[in-house]
Amino acid sequence: MNDAIIPLVVPMAGENPLLPHLSEIIAAVVFVLILTVIISKAVVPRFEATYQARTEAIEGGIEKAERAQREAQAALEQYQAQLASSRSEAAKIREDAKTEGGRIIAEMREQAQAEAARIVQNAHNQMEAERNQVVSQLRAEIGGLATNLAGRIVGESLDDDERARRTVDRFLSELESHEDGRPTQQPEESAHR
Amino acid sequence: MGLLIPLLVPMEGYEPPGVQSFDFPPLFPGAPAWVDRYLLQALVAFLLVGIFWLVMARKNKLVPSKGQFVGESAYFFLRDSIGRDMIGHEFRKYLPFLIAVFSFVLVNNLWGIFPLTLLPTASHVGWAYGLAGMVWILYNAIGLRKFGPLGYLKHVTMPPGVPGYMLPIVIPLEFFSNIIVRPITLSLRLFANMLAGHLLVLVFVLGGEYLLVESEPIINKVAGGASLIFSMAIFALEIFVQILQAYIFTVLTAQYISSASSEEH
Repeated sequence: MNDAIIPLVVPMAGENPLLPHLSEIIAAVVFVLILTVIISKAVVPRFEATYQARTEAIEGGIEKAERAQREAQAALEQYQAQLASSRSEAAKIREDAKTEGGRIIAEMREQAQAEAARIVQNAHNQMEAERNQVVSQLRAEIGGLATNLAGRIVGESLDDDERARRTVDRFLSELESHEDGRPTQQPEESAHR
Repeated sequence: MGLLIPLLVPMEGYEPPGVQSFDFPPLFPGAPAWVDRYLLQALVAFLLVGIFWLVMARKNKLVPSKGQFVGESAYFFLRDSIGRDMIGHEFRKYLPFLIAVFSFVLVNNLWGIFPLTLLPTASHVGWAYGLAGMVWILYNAIGLRKFGPLGYLKHVTMPPGVPGYMLPIVIPLEFFSNIIVRPITLSLRLFANMLAGHLLVLVFVLGGEYLLVESEPIINKVAGGASLIFSMAIFALEIFVQILQAYIFTVLTAQYISSASSEEH
């Protein structure tokens, strides 16, 4: 078809363009085959290795980020749990302190009352002892005084008299026997004598 | 039409560009006839492609530099957009061939607009025949190896789902289309686009120059100037066509490999 037309269009100017030069077919095949070998040996493996490494790096990064997120979440939950437990613990401690304080106050009050009672008791005892001392002292003096007074009333001194001493002692022992139970009346009785 | 030319272009001395414009003498006197511009261009293209890929693959880092980014963009375009999408999970085996074919065809096509060459290598049909013949052998070999001779014949000629009474028509058609026509269309598509594109450029540039410089009437000079200016648009169109043809050639190669090796049609 082309053979018929081309001589008309361009009269015998060139050869049929559809007829190849064998050298060009061979050269095309050789060049492309060599390039294929070079690219398959030295180019594709390197690009694929880089691609693989990059994929792994990105996936590793994502995994790392996810792990960090999980850890952060766990830490947050842990903190919140700790916070809640420490809140309840604080409430419990406050409660304990309140009851403890109440207990201590009650105890202290009891102790103070006991102490007060003891002090009062001591005071009573001391007063009793002093009264006894005063009473015994007074007894001795009153005996002397009474003897002296009676001597003066009778008109003779009974100081050294054996009889007088006996009288006084008897009198005092009587007082003694009456004294038990109503000690406060002793001065009146001695005064009646 | 040969008779009409003197009538339409009544200018002595103007020789319209034709297929003879694609014939060049050997590079230097005394060299064999096959050592011509085409071979030199193909050789330089071969070297450029090889150096480009080797340099791009030399030291790849996780975080790409600017130069590496260029190589990676080209690589992953071919790998993912052509290889993986057309061929599927087995694409890795055929990826080096696809890269080599695409790069080689692209650079050789772009010689058509490169100022020092201005001649697409595939405008000589031998280059297109060589490339397409290689693809033809490759995809048939893949199919034969995978299915065996009879299995491959059945795989090629009997698409699934065709009713039995249609097979007498379908089998010859499929055989004709898949085995005979494919390499022819593959080579002629590339060759014809390159030849026609270059011829178009020649017509606009040489014709415009002749009208502007050699011919007398003022209308011819205006037409010649317009033609030269418009040739810039033709150049732009050629860039597009050259890139597109390289892409189509590679996509069809992947498509043929895929159809020969896929389990179902």
